[in-house]
Amino acid sequence: MAPRKPGKVVGTAYLKVDGPDKVTGRTLFADDLALPRMLWCKLLRSPHAHARILAIDTAAAAAMPGVKAVLTGRDLPTPFGILPVSQDEHALCPDRVRFIGDPVAAVAAETEEQALEAAHAIRVDYERLPEIDSVQSALRTPEPLIHDYGDAGNVHKRIHLEFGDTEKGFAEADEIVEQNYFFEGNTHLPLEQHASLAVKTPDGKLCIWSSTQTPHYLHRALTKVLGMPAAHVRVVACPNGGGFGGKSDPFNHEIVVAKLALLTGRPVKIGLTREEVFYCHRGRHPTLMSVKAGVRRDGALTALHFRTQLDGGAYGSYGVASTYYTGALQTVTYRVPRYRFEGLRAFTNKPPCGPKRGHGTPQPRFALEVHMDRIAERLGLDPLEMRLRHLQPANSLTANFLQVGSMGLGKCLEEVRERSGWREKHGKLPRGRGVGLACSSYISGAGLPIYWNALPHSGVQLRLDRSGGVTAFCGATDIGQGSDTVLAGCVADVLGIDPLDVRVVTGDTDLTPVDLGSYSSRVTLMMGNAAVEAAERARALVAGAVAEKLGVPAERIALEDRRVFDLEDPAKGMTFQEACIAAEAKHGTLGTVGSYTPPRSPARFRGAGVGPSPAYSYQACVAEVEVDPETGEVKVPRIWIAHDVGRAINRTTTIGQVEGGVYMGLGEALMEEMAYRGNRGVVHKFPSMLEYKSPTTREMCEVETILVEDPDPNGPFGGKEAGQGPLLPVMPAVANAVFDAVGVRVDEIPVSAPKVLKALQRLAAGQEGRYGPAGLPAADYGEVTRVLPPWEGGDGRDMKKQEVGAGGVRGHIPGGK
Amino acid sequence: MLRLPPFEYLRPAGLEEAIRMRADAGPAGQFVAGGTDLWPNMKRRQETPAVVIDIAALPVLRGVAAGPGGGLRLGAGLRLSEVESQRDLLAAYGAVAHGASTISTPLLRNMGTLGGNLLLDTRCNYYDQTFEWRRSIDFCMKKDGDTCWVAPGSPRCWAVQSSDLAPVMVALGAEVTLRSTAGERSIPVAALYADDGMKFTTKRPEELLTAVTLPAPDGWRAVYRKVRRRGSFDFPVLGTAVWARLAGGGPEPLVEDVRIVLGAVGSAPLRARAAEDLLRGKPLTEEAMRAAGAAAWKPAKPMDNTDLTLGWRKDVVRPEVARALAELL
Amino acid sequence: MTSPPTRAARGRTVLHPLTVNGETKDVPFLPHETLLEVLRERMGLTGTKHGCELGECGACTVLVDGKPVLSCLLLALNAVGTKVETVEGLAEGGKLHPLQQAFVELGAAQCGYCTPGFLMTAKALLADRPRPDRPCLKDALAGNLCRCTGYLKIYEAVELAAERMAREKPPRGA
Repeated sequence: MAPRKPGKVVGTAYLKVDGPDKVTGRTLFADDLALPRMLWCKLLRSPHAHARILAIDTAAAAAMPGVKAVLTGRDLPTPFGILPVSQDEHALCPDRVRFIGDPVAAVAAETEEQALEAAHAIRVDYERLPEIDSVQSALRTPEPLIHDYGDAGNVHKRIHLEFGDTEKGFAEADEIVEQNYFFEGNTHLPLEQHASLAVKTPDGKLCIWSSTQTPHYLHRALTKVLGMPAAHVRVVACPNGGGFGGKSDPFNHEIVVAKLALLTGRPVKIGLTREEVFYCHRGRHPTLMSVKAGVRRDGALTALHFRTQLDGGAYGSYGVASTYYTGALQTVTYRVPRYRFEGLRAFTNKPPCGPKRGHGTPQPRFALEVHMDRIAERLGLDPLEMRLRHLQPANSLTANFLQVGSMGLGKCLEEVRERSGWREKHGKLPRGRGVGLACSSYISGAGLPIYWNALPHSGVQLRLDRSGGVTAFCGATDIGQGSDTVLAGCVADVLGIDPLDVRVVTGDTDLTPVDLGSYSSRVTLMMGNAAVEAAERARALVAGAVAEKLGVPAERIALEDRRVFDLEDPAKGMTFQEACIAAEAKHGTLGTVGSYTPPRSPARFRGAGVGPSPAYSYQACVAEVEVDPETGEVKVPRIWIAHDVGRAINRTTTIGQVEGGVYMGLGEALMEEMAYRGNRGVVHKFPSMLEYKSPTTREMCEVETILVEDPDPNGPFGGKEAGQGPLLPVMPAVANAVFDAVGVRVDEIPVSAPKVLKALQRLAAGQEGRYGPAGLPAADYGEVTRVLPPWEGGDGRDMKKQEVGAGGVRGHIPGGK
Repeated sequence: MLRLPPFEYLRPAGLEEAIRMRADAGPAGQFVAGGTDLWPNMKRRQETPAVVIDIAALPVLRGVAAGPGGGLRLGAGLRLSEVESQRDLLAAYGAVAHGASTISTPLLRNMGTLGGNLLLDTRCNYYDQTFEWRRSIDFCMKKDGDTCWVAPGSPRCWAVQSSDLAPVMVALGAEVTLRSTAGERSIPVAALYADDGMKFTTKRPEELLTAVTLPAPDGWRAVYRKVRRRGSFDFPVLGTAVWARLAGGGPEPLVEDVRIVLGAVGSAPLRARAAEDLLRGKPLTEEAMRAAGAAAWKPAKPMDNTDLTLGWRKDVVRPEVARALAELL
Repeated sequence: MTSPPTRAARGRTVLHPLTVNGETKDVPFLPHETLLEVLRERMGLTGTKHGCELGECGACTVLVDGKPVLSCLLLALNAVGTKVETVEGLAEGGKLHPLQQAFVELGAAQCGYCTPGFLMTAKALLADRPRPDRPCLKDALAGNLCRCTGYLKIYEAVELAAERMAREKPPRGA
């Protein structure tokens, strides 16, 4: 089915609906809220990376001036976590701390200073335990266990999937290209530090305002840990001052202030310091990778084998999904006939990793795109033309059963080739200057929810009345990506009014229908589809009433420019408000709903839940760099990026997302890293805005953005995501450009000056001009799940199960081994 | 949010009152001007003075006047944004104006002062951390602890002299004026610094740095180059200041005299004397510049306590010194 | 004009006159409170944001006597006797300032958290240099971090506002 055609709003650069509030300081972020008699909360955090809690003495703290309540782990014994399979967090550690910064106790006092002083007066006796600071040490150290669950020792999760016989694929190859890569961890660094304010209302209910991207999941966690009826807990997601995935988990501090509010009967607020935001983390997993590709002389892949090892930090978070994502999307850009993926995630004594913009896919995308550059170099092919020749076709299934719909990558490649002057530059610029190319793709929302259910992923309610006012209610949260603007735009487009005529009410579990949250680039597609459905229903009510009044068939009624009129005689009609009055008179109180559930994926094997999406966005990116051959310093003056967004609902905000993605990618490419010191426990090296390097105006490059619009049948008006995909190609494009400039490969992110210089020194000394990992530590990825690709007759099921179902034959592997 | 600890606030009306207040307060007292160094330190509880004496508004500290022998006397309370845009400085002391313009951000330069930058607390990423963070490493020698974690066997602290203007002023041979109730003294800026992360200045605690005197611009040239990760916010991981008297024109003039001073590679600005000796009395050729870079590389001793790796920070001394020399021409 | 007090006792809350956005009010605060805390927590002016409280992000930028400074590193006492401007004072008579208008139109505010700081820095810049070129703009804004936009829409918005302001108020002597 073709997507709905845009009216007069969608596709334009209509104003961001929350713009005026944001430029006047009126937008209330969580920390801007204050209530009478409000108490302040501070958390006491662990100074040890791994230790048993022997005793906690809070008596002195409780007796300090202004202190109203002190909590420890005993007060909040129920564990929680974002994934049902990783319920491994406690609001306050009951018996064990797992990283420096893990919260142990909490104080509520009249002022923040009093709370801080009291927190310092709490005495905790610890027995230190051996600390694990890396995947290597986790593999080496099966005991003591950081958690008493997981796939083996301190390995949290193991994955082994094979789609077709990759050995056979390698045997058919003209060349085998193998390399190892490393992607250092980095973090979201939203400008806004997390904050929450909780209050117990006199009827015994709880309300919390919080800087969360996922009010629905926080709602579930609060209900679980506090043991309250879900209907008595209200979560209001404040506009987020940046999220990028860092506010997608339910957090300990949110549960703590809720508990403190229930205990004291007073509003309780917490505002994290920047250092504490680093301890919340949930950012990019440090990931070691190995890639083996079999290729034919023309660059066609015959088989691909990826291994990833993720340093998960101290808790599960989204980690199981993150691990799957490091193996999921390699297949949607270029044809991969046979594919094998082995991945593992280890627990370590660091702040937990989780979903940062691109969730689990930037690391393998970096490895894959640098690998493609290597392959082209080995085969003597142009890396751009080589990619163009082997694109995954539109409307196809991949080896791992991902359903690709619209696929504008070819157009993206052509656009950046022409705009960047690729042919004149690649391999032709003077030493020290170079260009590099990379492609990428990202999901527009996940096909499956985080917890198993058969419910809609997004719901929108519309309220219309005689005032002509339209209010759109949705659980989605605006984190700066512009979801409120998309909601207003979709509704306004269908109803023929201005987006500013739509009042949006979002992210409030008491008032708005559930939307799963602002993560996985799902909101535009899912909320957008729900909004279109609700608006089409409202349109039918209004059009029906007007048709009756005008005495014309309802099909002839048009809604445009705040008017409802007869298409064949446009002068015949009425204002939108008059139309609403007619509709309310005819139908009674006006309200409609829309909801969205993604199509079911054809994949049926265990682990198939990660990767499927209603639609995939595509990107091609060329970066131009200047490398100082004496210092290794890299400057990026300009980036060209073409993004297949299906349809830009709002041109301004879409381009804003692309530019913002390029910015964040540039930071990751050149400088951002979560670094730890091991000599004093596993302590974060520099949890500050000064030493965690986020690019300033001086580092940001010029960006030429090209929007490629290949409408996807599953998207609202054909729209796909824009928030995450455009970050992905930047890191490999920069690394490939450095190679073009000075002939050395840095197979590690960030591509920092010391690494480039080291590679240059090696090259000058007659060694391989490369900086990167030598290999991966040996590891067991568990038993393989084999699935036949669609073109080999596979039906998406695990072959073993397929065969058992088909007649009980076990152990036979087609393709022969 | 991070907040300041409580203190008593004093605002003197003049210099005499300021130094008397400081003497009266004793070890519990601390001057503050721009506050861009002290307030973050206090918020992190690296310093907790009971009495803070605010000298930010003293007009006497904000003047620019002719110095002895044709030099220039700068009030220590000049804002860094004033230093970077001051007409006389731009005309004759480009390295000073440029050095000031590389400090932190435009916003902080509207607050921070010349004197404050010269007296910037030495930095170390085991030290410039909150109380809670430092507790997790059991503190360090510079504050509340016993060990220097940069070099645990070492009897001294290795915090890094991270002022941009310090190497510039040392290279220029500038002087600072220090004032206390005991009187006034002027010393070369080079003598202001001590090679120790904790006791990094020879200024007595009760002394107030009131002025910086630059030598007459009688034909010498000077250059400052800064290495850091980002073009804003960041402290130097290497600062290279070069001062020289060159004789004769042409592409390879003769080096009559030269001073090369490195910042951010030790607890004090570091004179690269061996490099200077190589250059003195010889033509400033490209080869000489490279040789000087290599000679300056040797004594540079960055430690693992700033941004970027110490090996790289040492490596870039070579090209940076050579480039600074080239910029003289 | 009033001057800051010459002495303020530790831990004692005292009323001080503060002139913010053209209005002078007596505001109670402690000597160690920063202007940031006083604006947000004593005066309810939460438009001024904070991202680090250590001078490392620029979110708390306000104007003091027309100069952009960081309110997290300025004692509120030091603001006594000065003219403080915050984002709340930018719009006049219910009409957005040209900078605000341009930020809205071009999507220069995404999450909006750094926006007040950028607006104040940009206001001071345009007062000083009405038509800054791109390099000058980058230099002036180099103390404000933004994680959403990559700065590009912010440059465009400041340039658009500058153009409109120049059209409204021709330069002196013209």
